[in-house]
Parts: sequence; C-alpha cells; structure tokens
Amino acid sequence: MHELSVAQLSLGLREKQFSSVELTRSYLDRIRALDGHYNSFVTVDENGALAAAAAADTRLAAGETGPLLGIPLAHKDIFCSRGVRTSCGSKMLDNFVPPYDATVATRLRDAGTVMLGKTNMDEFAMGSSSESSFYGPVRNPWHSDCVPGGSSGGSAAAVAARLAPLATGTDTGGSIRQPAAFCGITGLKPTYGRVSRLGMVAFASSLDQGGPMARSAEDCALLLNAMAGFDPLDSTSSELPVEDYSVGLQQPLAGLRIGLPREYFGAGLDAATGERIHAALALLEQLGAILVDISLPHTGLSIPTYYIIAPAEASTNLSRFDGVRYGYRCQQPRDLHDLYTRSRQEGFGDEVKRRILVGTYALSAGYYDAYYRKAQQVRRLIQEDFLKAFEQVDMIAGPTTPGPAFTLGAKGSDPLAMYLEDVYTLAVNLAGLPGMSVPAGLVDGMPVGLQLIGQHFREARLLNVGHQLQQASDWHRQVPPVGARSAGEGVWSSPGLSPAERAPTEWAPTERAPAERAPTERAPTGGAP
Amino acid sequence: MTIQQDEIEKIAELARIRIAPEEAAELTSRIANILTLVDQLQAIDTAGVEPMANPLDAVQRLRADTVTEANQRDVFQAIAPAVENGLYLVPKVIE
Amino acid sequence: MSWEVVIGLEVHLQLATRSKIFSGAATAFGAEPNTQACAVDLAMPGMLPVLNEQAVRYAVMFGLGIGAEIGLRSVFDRKNYFYPDLPKGYQISQFQEPIVGRGEFEIQLEDGSTRSIGITRAHLEEDAGKSLHEDFHGMTGIDLNRAGTPLLEIVSEPDLRNAEEAVAYLKTLHSLVTYLGISDGNMAEGSMRCDINLSLRRAGSTTLGTRAEIKNVNSFRFVEKAIHHEIERQAEILEAGGQVVQETRLYDADRDETRSMRSKEVANDYRYFPEPDLLPVVIDQAWVESIRATLPELPPAKRQRFVSDYGLSSYDAGVLAANRALADYYEAVVEGCTDAKIAANWVQVELLGQLNRGELELGQSPVGAAALAGLIQRILDGSISGKIAKQVFEAMWAGEGDADTIIAARGLQQVSDSGALEALVDEVVGGNPAQVAQYLAADEGKRKKLVGFFVGQIMKLSKGQANPQMVNELLNKKLAAAGSDGES
Repeated sequence: MHELSVAQLSLGLREKQFSSVELTRSYLDRIRALDGHYNSFVTVDENGALAAAAAADTRLAAGETGPLLGIPLAHKDIFCSRGVRTSCGSKMLDNFVPPYDATVATRLRDAGTVMLGKTNMDEFAMGSSSESSFYGPVRNPWHSDCVPGGSSGGSAAAVAARLAPLATGTDTGGSIRQPAAFCGITGLKPTYGRVSRLGMVAFASSLDQGGPMARSAEDCALLLNAMAGFDPLDSTSSELPVEDYSVGLQQPLAGLRIGLPREYFGAGLDAATGERIHAALALLEQLGAILVDISLPHTGLSIPTYYIIAPAEASTNLSRFDGVRYGYRCQQPRDLHDLYTRSRQEGFGDEVKRRILVGTYALSAGYYDAYYRKAQQVRRLIQEDFLKAFEQVDMIAGPTTPGPAFTLGAKGSDPLAMYLEDVYTLAVNLAGLPGMSVPAGLVDGMPVGLQLIGQHFREARLLNVGHQLQQASDWHRQVPPVGARSAGEGVWSSPGLSPAERAPTEWAPTERAPAERAPTERAPTGGAP
Repeated sequence: MTIQQDEIEKIAELARIRIAPEEAAELTSRIANILTLVDQLQAIDTAGVEPMANPLDAVQRLRADTVTEANQRDVFQAIAPAVENGLYLVPKVIE
Repeated sequence: MSWEVVIGLEVHLQLATRSKIFSGAATAFGAEPNTQACAVDLAMPGMLPVLNEQAVRYAVMFGLGIGAEIGLRSVFDRKNYFYPDLPKGYQISQFQEPIVGRGEFEIQLEDGSTRSIGITRAHLEEDAGKSLHEDFHGMTGIDLNRAGTPLLEIVSEPDLRNAEEAVAYLKTLHSLVTYLGISDGNMAEGSMRCDINLSLRRAGSTTLGTRAEIKNVNSFRFVEKAIHHEIERQAEILEAGGQVVQETRLYDADRDETRSMRSKEVANDYRYFPEPDLLPVVIDQAWVESIRATLPELPPAKRQRFVSDYGLSSYDAGVLAANRALADYYEAVVEGCTDAKIAANWVQVELLGQLNRGELELGQSPVGAAALAGLIQRILDGSISGKIAKQVFEAMWAGEGDADTIIAARGLQQVSDSGALEALVDEVVGGNPAQVAQYLAADEGKRKKLVGFFVGQIMKLSKGQANPQMVNELLNKKLAAAGSDGES
C-alpha cells in the first residue's frame, strides 16, 4: 500500500479497497515502528488523523470524490496547525499551539487530506541539513549516517521512508529541492506568490514559498493543485488563476528547449553526480527536448546576495519572539531587558542567533547601503540573468546540489561550508522562479536530483517535464534500503552521533505539564465535517 | 570588512540577544567569516541598478475597511506566558 | 540675550477607519483590554499585513487638503525596535517614500494676521499598543487594542516661532482633519498626539540650535505650557553658557515640566528597510482626482466665502469656518433667517457663549439651527426686540419650546400697536414736564441724549416690549408737538 501513487490510493479509497481510517492507521503504525530511526516527525497527531480519516470516509461514503480526499499527509512543522503544536524546530516555539491554521493547512484540510503529524526541520528553516532542530537531527532513509538535507528534511525523509505519501515543505533557498534530491523524492518550489504564506512561520518574507513534496511529479501536481491559489490575507499572493497541474502532465516534450547553465556544471560539481545529471538530460533529449548551452553569469553571487537578504529579513521577522505573548519565556526575568535578551538567548539555537546578528548588522546604520541595498541590486542582476536566458529557452536544468547527501556533523562546525551547498538553488528564490528537483539516480547508493527551473508561474510545464522523465525512467521508484523493509527486519546501523536528546514525538519539557499540550489529548481538529 | 567583538556586542544588544562572555570571541570570528563571504558583493558594479525588494513586479492590493475579526482574547491569552485582567504582563517598563 | 525660538511639530493623527490599517480588527476606543487585538495585531507567527484602502484614501484626502504632492508610489518600511507595546518588534511605517509630500497651509493668529506653515511630509504608519504601569505588583500590563490603528504622521517644517503659533497650527490642523472627516480629532482619547521639536538660536542667526524633542503632548493647553517651559529651560542653559543636549523629553502635565526620557536614548538604530510583506502602494491620478472631487469645502475657502457672500469680517468668518459643524450650523441659521450678519452675531455670542458655559459640544446644543433662525426671524419682523430675544433664547436653551411658543406663553410680543404706544408716550411726556422743558431748551446735539431718557422710561413702563423704533417716532412727534404748543 505504501508504494501506491496518490492516484492509486485515491482509486482504492473510492473503490472501497480500503478506508481512509485503514490507510491512515497503516501509516501511523509505520511511523511508530520506523520513525525512531529517522526522527522525521516532531509531532504525530494520531487522534486528529484518525478523526480526519473517519470524516473523510463519511464524505467518501456520501459519494464525494476529490483527488486528495482521505489521503494522509505530513506538514512541515512551519505551517501553523490549529490545536497542534507548531514548533518550527525551535525551543522558542516548543510550547506553541496555534489557535489558527495556515492557509495551506486549511486548503488541504478542505481537500479532505488527513494530517498525520508535523515534520522535523532545521530551526526556523535555517539550514541545509535538518541538524539544527531542537528535536534532534533527522536521518537520511538511504543512509543513517547522512543528513536528509534541509530545511524540509523531515518531510523529505518521511516521504522517502514511506511514512507519508505526501508532505508539505517550504523553500527559502533550496529547502524543498535540496532535501528532495538527498532523499530521492520529487519536490517543487512554486513561483513566489503562488502558495499563500499566511500562517507559515516567516523566515525571509521575500524568498519563502511553500510547496509539495512527494515521490513523483504526478503526486506533486495533485498536492500543488490543492495548495496553490490566491489568498487575500497575503499581500504578496498572486491573483493569477491557478492551472490544473495534472492536466498537462502527458504533454510530449518535443521541441522543448532546455538551457544548461555552464555555471552549474563547473568545478564545484561532484563528478559522479554530474554523470547522473547528464544521463537524465540525455533521457530528456531522447524524449524530444533540445539542450542549449546558456550562461547565468551572476550565479556565484547568489550566495553572498542570499546570505545578506535572508538574514536581514529573518532578523526582523524573528523579533516577535520576545517572550511576551507566546512561546518561550526565560525563568524569572530581572527586568524587561533581561526578559528579552535571555528569552532569545535561551530560546534560539546557534545558527538562528548567528543569522539574526548578521542580518541586524547588514541593516544597521552605516552598513545598509553597503550590504542590504547592494544585495537588492545584485538580486536584480541575478533575476535579469534568468529573464535573458528565458528569451532563448523554455526551461533551465542542472544539478540540484553539488553532490549527494553529506554525513551528519560534517558541516555543522562550519556554517560557510553549509552555505555553499545551496549554490544551485539560491538564485531561483532570489529571482522568484519555480524550481523542482526530481530523482536522477544514485551515486554510491545515495540519491541525487536533477533541478528544473521554469519561468514565472510555469509550474505546470515543470511538472510535465518531471512526469515525462519519470514515465521514461525508474529513478523515482527506487526505495531506500531500510524503508523498504518492515520494522525490525532492517539492519539499522547505529548512527555515529548521539541520539536526539529528546524523543521525537514527545514534548520537550516546558513549564506546563507536557500531557496537557499533547495533540493526542486534544479535541480532534483535522478532517472535514 | 572585519568586525570587532565590541561591534558584535552592540549588534546583539540591538537584536536583544544575550551573548555569554565565553561565546563572544568564537561568535565574532564566525560572523566575521560570513561577512567575508558576503563582502564579495562590494566588488560588483551596481551603478544605476534599481534595488529589487520583491521578486514579482506587483503592487499592493487594498483591503476594504471592514471589521472581520471578532474578540478571541481568551484563546490567544491561553498560550501567553503571563497575563492578568486581560493584559499581557512584563517586568516594569521604566520611561 | 534675545533668543529666537524654532519649533517644528510632528502630529500623530489616528485615522477614523473602522478597522485597523493592516488587519480586520476593530478600532473603536475604550474596549476591554486586548479584545480588539487579532492575530495580526498580536504578531502571531505567520500573520501578514494587508493594507486598508480607507487609510490610503484618508491620507490622500489630507494631502489634497494641504495642496501637497501625492505620492503615486509609496513604500512601507519596517522600523525596528523592541518595546512591549510593539508586538512585531518593528513598526510598519513609511520612511523613504511617503504617501504625502511637501505642502503647506495658512494659520490665523489671534490678531487676525496669517502665516503660511510648511508641511514637510505626511506618512502612514501603525499605532502601538499601550503600557499600563499601575496596579500590577511591579509589573507592566500591555493592552494591544490600539496596536495597528492607522496613523498619519504629519511633519511640519521648523517654521513656528512661539507657542501661540504652535497652538494656532494645531488648531488649524485639527480643523482641517475634522473637516475632511479623516479623524475624529479627539485629543482626550489620543486621536491627535503631538511631538514638539524645539531649539533656540541667537536672534538673527540662520543656523539651527540643538533641539530637544518633547513627546506625546496631547492637548492645546499642554502644548502651550510645554513650549513655554522648554523655552525657559533651554534659555537658562544657554545663558549660563551651557549646551542643550539633543534628547527626547516627556512633558509631565501634573508637574508642568519636561523631563528626559533616558530609556529611549539607548542607541536607537531603527534599521529601516522596505517591508517585504507589503508591496509598493501604487495609486493612479484618476483615483486621486475622484477623491479630490469628493472633498468638502475647506476652512480657508469657506472663510473667504463668508466674507464675500455674507459680508462678515475676516475674524468672524474665521471663527465660524474653523469648525465644520459650526459652519454648517451657521449656514443653516442664515438660510432660515436670511440675515447673515445677525445670524453670525447670534451664533458667536449667544450660542457659543451658552455652549462654553455649559461645556457642551455643538452637537449637544438644545437649540438647533432652525430654532435659532426662528428666533432671529421674530427680531427681524419686529415681534420682539433684541433684548427680549436674549430672554427667549435662554428659555429655549432651558427647553421651554421654540421662540413663538415662549413669546406667546410669556406675553413677550413687542408692543407695536400705535394706540397703546401713544398712551405710554403721553404718560411719560406728560409726567416729566421738567425734562420736556429741558429738552425743548436744548440744542440739536443735546436733544439726542435727552431723548434717551424718555425712551428708557417708556421701555421700563412697557417691560421692554415696546417697539423701540415706533417709540422713537412717536416720541419725536410728541416732543415736537409739545414745542409748538409752548411756542404758540
């Protein structure tokens, strides 16, 4: 059942081969049995999920259809979920149970999906390895010593390990595409403004975008159909009508012009990874695409540009976490200043604090022009590179990452090395373009991803190309070794790192009794009426 | 541009993040490294380039002036660290 | 040493929208704490601002009202600082590209002279919440109902030279914004709050001295007192050879002094940058013009019209035009009674006098414009004298009914019956032969004075109800007759 596509699951539900409750229960069982290894979930909402599944079954019984009705999924723990803790991977929000839903969560609930729980992530989505979570690192289902990528590493690992058929993610500089590549799944970052940011804890407002993560482009299309759309409560949400992303999947690729930026195939690219990317491109060529050499000359500048803009926006987005109205508050503050500085010292992790400080510096008097304004100017140059390229080509392709997943802890001590991981993905966010990563085979048993970059609001074309590639290959059907086996059967190599200090599905200690806040103790919130 | 520890302390004060004295030196060197990375931009000629604040060339939508939000104080204050008589409590603010 | 005072004012005006500038929460004053603070106002994670159209419209109306350039493209910025009444840790404001550019308006001083005062800019921003320092066992309570209320910050040029001008500026501004209907202008509720930037320089100098900023002065009277006090303080420092420190001070109305707000001095670096959750506000000229077409007649135009159409003095016209409700009331009275000058006199002297004595707003006046016009008509048609009319007005104020009812009930109808009046005149002339003789002996100049004696006696006899004009005519006739009788 866990290898079925979403369309197959939906058919099974409609044809009463299984109920949504049975489907949900089987995923919950799997999570319980396996996620101790992956740590991909921060919160599992069993009661909520079963209630939502029962509600979906009622709707199904009433003859209602809908491609996602009764389908379980996982939300990245950055999307606010009413009545279920939304931690953003941070101690700061360890006790935060929002009384509202993110627009994405509402839309997916209305579509009849069943939320299994909330997935682990880099703290406040700042990272490329999912190691900076307050709830401990996530492990890559393909190799327990490796990171799953980040920041949506929990979602990627959960989908790869078949703990959920679908998951939501967010991508500020590659946080959907890079973990999708590292975990061998498909993930799409839509055009900026396509998916509502309301209720998504903000990292960098002008870069953040939510998107679908699944095993195939076809499944991503179904999930994006439900996620995308105008939200009057998000001023940056686009009013352009949403296409049906499933409709054009079968379109042939003949004549499609795909640009290969030479900057994406330079010295930084791992040779074996480059081979896999070229093989995937060759397949696209066989399917009728025309490969064109292009240049995106400012690619290298996307790293410094991003590492000014993102921290600058983050530094003020995270000012609201001050210990006054919700979230972590330090014990016995001496005075107001102590309340602020100690709550933020104790509530934020190291990488978050570093980025807040860098961003504060970049915006401070005397440095604004040299840093922030300069970065905004270079950002335009980077966007112009793409716009110029799109005069010649329909789409751009290259590697998602310079190589396969690195080992846990390998880059933890050096933030700069981690930043360089994002070299191929950052520019897409800076330019606001849609980007997708699709599996392109394995390098030494670890997956790598082909990145496809589209023109603004051309998600349908990306999904079409991804789908055609997946019809002609089976890279996306490869199953990680442990996830393929049932619990206990697999030989699990003990991770070289100490296990997470806190069990993933338990609440970290707070001032309040943990049970009081456990989602399983709360009234059911998921599911439709 | 190199950054000194006292500047980091000033920035940390602006950001209201306490830095333990024993962390300050390492933090300064890490941030200095990040600044070295981003300093590459200084070499780029951007004369006449309009700064880009938002990736889409869109303009602000305006909302009709209607009251859409009802009182939810109890719900919001149930997750607050300290409240009394409907007010959020903080240590005494001195003006 | 003679000092020149240089004052610029920053006025924070709450705009009279129903909902907040970036959220759908209500803005009504006086609600229970935090009952009008929604998820956006509380800066809950993931919440985003959406701009209220009415706030933009009001800002444009203000800009048009002062003849300013309207920013067809304006940009919101974040102003970053930590304070418990500022939930996001930043205030959304406009820094580089405000919605209203340079403009100016004329202020009128007590002596009737006018001065033109420059407005540097006006921009939209959100209000903060309130900190309550009392009764929380050493803690401060935060009420965020006010957070997100739309503000228009109006910044003047340093064109003001004394407290009188500053107050006149504020009164003119108050008059303008209430005319436009963009603010209720209720200073007691904080709808219009003022920061004063004040410095001194040697008379004749063209460079500015070091200024102090006095925050949050919330009434015309306090503005006047705070300025007087601050001038004195700075002059003392300068005359002792000292230097004024650039700082923020708070006016303490209870102690009538300004004092330094040290807490706000700690390294303010607001790190302004364009608010990424909002896009540039772009409005088109056609929209601006459609707003211009809806603007009411503003005080300066109205004042001019009152002078040219009604023949009022510039001062009277200024008083009546300063307040939209008063001007409307006045014009309604004119329409009802047709004599603009008498109407002006009655509105300014009797109506405003009663309102002041009763500390009432115009809206609370027990005598409406139509009723007052009815009273004035009775003066004009000779039914009552002006003096009796004041009695009637007082009775109207006390709720005894309209003018006609009161005149009838109290029998105040002016005596215009010539027979009755003739009897009175005869009685007085006959009863005062000595005065008659004196009158007859006097020259033309003195006779006028002596006539007054007889009129007074007649009015006294008639309890003020005799028609003075007819009395004069009859009296002249009788006295003339008495003269010719004596001669014959």
